[in-house]
Amino acid sequence: MKVFRIVFPLVLLAAFIAFPFVFTDPATTTVAVFTLFFAAAGVGWNIFSGYTGYIALGHAVYFGIGAYAMALLCQDWNIQPGYAPFFLLPLVGLIAAAFSVFFGWIALRTRRHTFVVITIATFFIMQLMAYNLRAITNGSAGISLPIPFDWTADFFNIPFYFVALAILVLAFIASWWIHNSKYGLGLLAIRDDEDRALGLGVNTGPFKLIAFVISAFFVGMVGGLHAYFNSSIFPPFAFDALFDVAIALMAFLGGLGTLYGPILGALILVPAQQYLTVQAGSSGYNLIMYGVIFLVIILLLPEGILPTISKRWNRWRASRNRAEATPDIVTSPGAENSVAVESSGKGVEQ
Amino acid sequence: MSLLEVQNVSKAFGGIQALTTCSLSVEEGSITGLIGPNGSGKTTLFNGITGYEKIDTGTIQFSSQSITNIRPDQVFRLGIGRTFQLTRIFPRLTVMENMHVAAQREGMKELLSRWSSTHEQKRALELLDFVGLTKLKDTPAANLSYGQKKLLEFAFVLIAEPKVILLDEPAGGINPTLINQLAEQIRTLNKQGVTFLVVEHNMEFVMGLCEKITVMHRGSNIAEGTPQEVRSNPAVLEAYLGD
Repeated sequence: MKVFRIVFPLVLLAAFIAFPFVFTDPATTTVAVFTLFFAAAGVGWNIFSGYTGYIALGHAVYFGIGAYAMALLCQDWNIQPGYAPFFLLPLVGLIAAAFSVFFGWIALRTRRHTFVVITIATFFIMQLMAYNLRAITNGSAGISLPIPFDWTADFFNIPFYFVALAILVLAFIASWWIHNSKYGLGLLAIRDDEDRALGLGVNTGPFKLIAFVISAFFVGMVGGLHAYFNSSIFPPFAFDALFDVAIALMAFLGGLGTLYGPILGALILVPAQQYLTVQAGSSGYNLIMYGVIFLVIILLLPEGILPTISKRWNRWRASRNRAEATPDIVTSPGAENSVAVESSGKGVEQ
Repeated sequence: MSLLEVQNVSKAFGGIQALTTCSLSVEEGSITGLIGPNGSGKTTLFNGITGYEKIDTGTIQFSSQSITNIRPDQVFRLGIGRTFQLTRIFPRLTVMENMHVAAQREGMKELLSRWSSTHEQKRALELLDFVGLTKLKDTPAANLSYGQKKLLEFAFVLIAEPKVILLDEPAGGINPTLINQLAEQIRTLNKQGVTFLVVEHNMEFVMGLCEKITVMHRGSNIAEGTPQEVRSNPAVLEAYLGD
């Protein structure tokens, strides 16, 4: 199991690296690029929302700030098309993170439903600002970014694919590191019972804000990369309400608060969405189908795919163990929110 | 000067006066009992001491240092641990993870290193052994029985080595065997120097365990003394039987 934990991400990484060499068709790699955008943003979002249980539905704010930061930096510093804009991404992420300190500080004064509503409100405020601060954003006319004309159609997706993969790997390492750290344990404790965690010395305020800022950093970088990929940005696409919902849905589908959940969610939903868009055209039926599929999944797998599988696996293992020997207490380690404890024999209390 | 000194604390929730000039002192190394009829303000006083409620007037001192209206995490870091009447553990974390939440660390580097460091892991295992939960260490805490959850909460408060522990009805809703075991554990820890303040309705438990008992009624302390003194105090009898 321990070997698996090290080998599995490496195998997954190898598969991601090999993918564009095996499937070279630009239509396919475009879907792959979008999948990586959402996977990276989802993993970043999950560091805050998955671990603390605070469902932020306004991370399009940092996606949009990242997009505009990228566009404005390229414009003001007269960055040439090619690889140069990629090097701006860390700075773009930091700019998004700087904004998130302010918004997070306000939003995190509230909890649960109020917090969700405040994050949605910050999203609408920022979208309105993008429309109306014409001096900076050029309003609904949008801003163009440098276009790398000397990249052929066959090659164009490749640099974006690997930069997106690099952001995903960085976000994954951050998520993995935090998950195993004392800090991450504090975040998970906040998710389960925030006041109890506070009473055990967990400094909940800064803990939450730092996670919020880290998640905004990764989402901001994805926003910047996405803007460069599209060569232009407009307020409704930089600050897109569907993005808010999409990254949350992906994490919920794969498994909220799990390491691989957001990646799995993106791997399923982004290609499905792209396929439906192609099949149903621009009529909007794809959104309806998207919603129906999602409802079905939520009804059948309310905890997400990975926690459900891990629970089934543990139950199966427990029942197999029971067949071999009768231990004092049969439980399901690793499963979250497990419902059933099956105690056979005497409990520990006696 | 006592280890924990509560002086003239008052607290109102709207029109309801939960605490009225309530005073209490807990001597270092003692096991002090806090009893009183339902609604007499015991839990509110606990919440006031541990920072969960802001008190309106009065002072609370710990080791000659004011802890009046500071945050719960600050109170805990100073060395005051508590359990809750309705046990509060982290249901989706495993028993072992629950243990590590309260193990204190300072500084970014420490916070970013693995939660299961060897020193803390050893201490957590010792404490789980102490309360008899070692076998369940990888079980999600939600799966524990009520009594086991109480033991877990007691154990994870202990990991931070608090100087004083406030127990809110530790014997409530658990079987007699476990109550005796708990009393024994409290005595053992007390011999090692841990001070206890215990709220409890189980009189047999309190009278058997505590050297000194404070009685509360309608938000104030009305009597204090040894179990014998308290038992024969007319004001106490009236509070419990009167009206």
